[in-house]
Amino acid sequence: MSSHSHAEGQLPHEPEKATLEGRNKVLGFWLFLGGETVLFGTLFSAFLALRHQVLDGPQPNELFKLSLVAAATAILLTSSLTSVFAIQALHNHNVKALINWLIVTVVLGLGFLGLEIYEFYHYVHEGHGFTTSAFSSSFYTLVGFHGAHVAFGIVWISSIIGQLMKKGLTVVTAPKVYVAGMYWHFIDVVWVFIFTVVYLMGKVV
Amino acid sequence: MDWLTTVDHKKIGILYLIAGGFFFLVGGLEALLIRIQLWKPLNDFVSADTYNELITMHGTTMIFLAAMPMLFALMNAVVPLQIGARDVAFPFVNALGFWTFFFGAVLLNVSWFTSTGAPAAGWTAYAPLSGPAFSTGHGMDYYVLGLQIAGIGTLIGGINFLVTIINMRAPGMTFMRMPMFTWASFITSALILFAFPALAVGLAALMFDRVFDANFFDPNNGGNAVLWEHIFWIFGHPEVYILILPAFGVISEVISTFSRKRLFGYSSMVFATILIGFLGFMVWAHHMFTTGLGPVANALFSIATMLIAVPTGIKIFNWIFTMWGGSIKFTSANLYAVGFIPTFVMGGVTGVMLAAAPADFQYHDTYFVVAHFHYVIVGGLILGIFSGLHYWWPKMFGRILNETLGKWTFWMFYIGFHLTFFIQHFLGLLGMPRRIWTYLDGLGFNEMNLISTIGAIMMGIGTIMFILNVVITNAKPQNAADDPWEDGRTLEWTIPSPPPEYNFKQTPLVRGYDAYWKEKMDGHKGMTPAEPIGSIHMPSPSILPFTMSLGLFITGFGLMYSRDWTFITEHIGFYIAGLGLLITFGSMFLRSVYDDHGFHIEPEELEDKGVKA
Repeated sequence: MSSHSHAEGQLPHEPEKATLEGRNKVLGFWLFLGGETVLFGTLFSAFLALRHQVLDGPQPNELFKLSLVAAATAILLTSSLTSVFAIQALHNHNVKALINWLIVTVVLGLGFLGLEIYEFYHYVHEGHGFTTSAFSSSFYTLVGFHGAHVAFGIVWISSIIGQLMKKGLTVVTAPKVYVAGMYWHFIDVVWVFIFTVVYLMGKVV
Repeated sequence: MDWLTTVDHKKIGILYLIAGGFFFLVGGLEALLIRIQLWKPLNDFVSADTYNELITMHGTTMIFLAAMPMLFALMNAVVPLQIGARDVAFPFVNALGFWTFFFGAVLLNVSWFTSTGAPAAGWTAYAPLSGPAFSTGHGMDYYVLGLQIAGIGTLIGGINFLVTIINMRAPGMTFMRMPMFTWASFITSALILFAFPALAVGLAALMFDRVFDANFFDPNNGGNAVLWEHIFWIFGHPEVYILILPAFGVISEVISTFSRKRLFGYSSMVFATILIGFLGFMVWAHHMFTTGLGPVANALFSIATMLIAVPTGIKIFNWIFTMWGGSIKFTSANLYAVGFIPTFVMGGVTGVMLAAAPADFQYHDTYFVVAHFHYVIVGGLILGIFSGLHYWWPKMFGRILNETLGKWTFWMFYIGFHLTFFIQHFLGLLGMPRRIWTYLDGLGFNEMNLISTIGAIMMGIGTIMFILNVVITNAKPQNAADDPWEDGRTLEWTIPSPPPEYNFKQTPLVRGYDAYWKEKMDGHKGMTPAEPIGSIHMPSPSILPFTMSLGLFITGFGLMYSRDWTFITEHIGFYIAGLGLLITFGSMFLRSVYDDHGFHIEPEELEDKGVKA
């Protein structure tokens, strides 16, 4: 690791790929996201197989409020944009902007999570509990797994913000930021599929 | 303590070997109990319930807790050496992978000692049999949570090997110069990456069904039991290739070394491996021909399955052509490798028979299937592992296993194996169903079952002889040469046995396939170094992988008993589960906040052996 030689003000343009450790982390994370794709793919398959099994519970088209989901979607997609700004700040070695954009990203993530918790709370009151039907179990599992990913990302990025404040931008912290950014994009992409497959298709049928 | 905190891939390999070997004995004991129960008609050696527990745990243990860890042992011990790397890409994650496997395995086996007993729904855990309606008690809870935790370890292990092989090859080690075992490990790791998350989802859904009253697989609440089969086999079929490809890799190394010839058709071997890996994902429904998917699905999956015979045949012929005209040395390792070839061919032939959907309706759930997959998994994978262990033992431990005893072990195990399983083909064709705990007299099953049991006992004796060999060898001093077989072809034979913790004093320069052999043929004593001697960066040991896994173990345990334990307050299990998660996430937090800069080994500390400049 050559972090010591770089730390003195001569950070390379792409500090996340400056060391072998950094390159390993980025590649390893790409592969991890490949595995995550299979994970969500399987959850989507289970949902698609079970989504008509509503039993006595509400139908998806009675249940879903598209305005709420659209607001959540807009918030989450915006947070993807702000995380891109964060990575741009990383490449410009602007630690202050980097931290600020990450904070904005986390706040937007929290907003999304808040809406989702409200949404779930609302559905349970409509008679759509986790154990109501196979549809409800697979719905909460798929959307809940995504929500748990968002929650994990919020905690993760927050801890990275703390490290950036303490240690600044180095070849050690840069890969962490970059990888967390990849993660955040990934959960955004997954949400686009959830919005389409769960909510839009639920409204149609 | 050193072993609890190590992040050295060679030590982790040894840990995998010890733990995997232990569970191999456990699974073998379960197999022997099964065979003793079946040695005569209407036997009452074990009860029907115990029998169900035995077959479930035998299958689960052998696949997840014995075979995979032993493969990971070989991969950890050898892959970084073969590509000229100082370590794996993520040493910390490597240790974490071992400990999650270990604690998952322990959790699964704790079930034997609980009042409700071990899981008893078969290793495939078919729903709804595995659901809360039919599997009351906690057996299946141990199955879903134990495997879930162990699966995390496998997944991160796979990612680790992928990154290691892609990013950390020595200069000159192009992909088409990589040794076959490394190639096989690479493809296996890719399969792990895409197969295990599916299993994770299946296990999570089953866990939700059992612990939180979800309705995934319960038809009464709209669930779908066939969904479980799809999810299980989209993982389960690639799993077969996850197991067998590294064995193929071992066989390629061993046969080439002991024939003193370059592996015949190297590039076709590489592409055959990739093709097998790819097709492995396309054929999962051949486990489900009798489920009622319809003739179109059955036909497609039938043909896709038979296609796998093509790349496998390429490999078989390449091994034979490698031996052709070679000066073959029949060491113990090579005996296992040569014995592997006809055995695996037989397993492959019955595989093609089973792949024919109409025929499968006859063979389905008979001992023919049992015979087939034991030919593939024991006759393929276990012979491959034994071969690899004999071959790399001197590199791992610095001592050569006793050759005479090794050969006796081989014959005892090999004859016992064929005695056990060859005859089961005929039992199956006669109509003996699998998963039954006893059978009536006068059906013509008696003698064949007796012979099968005798064979199983011989395999047991063979295994004990191997352990004896290990004990005897361990008493000897470490005296293996760098290149103990004298015909080593790949990079691991250029460094001392066992290797120093930094593996290579200087990263070697690779100038062709079979890098070391090429240097030998060019008249050089060793590899040309690719770098000057300098200080070597090493990762520091850490207890965190252990505590992270321990936390998951506690979580699993608490979750299972969330409804039963009320001795202090309601749902105390959930609090215990929370405590476990706190330990895990706390450890993750510590890991993330405190940067591990490792330490350096300076040139003057390097021993004066290893690669000569």
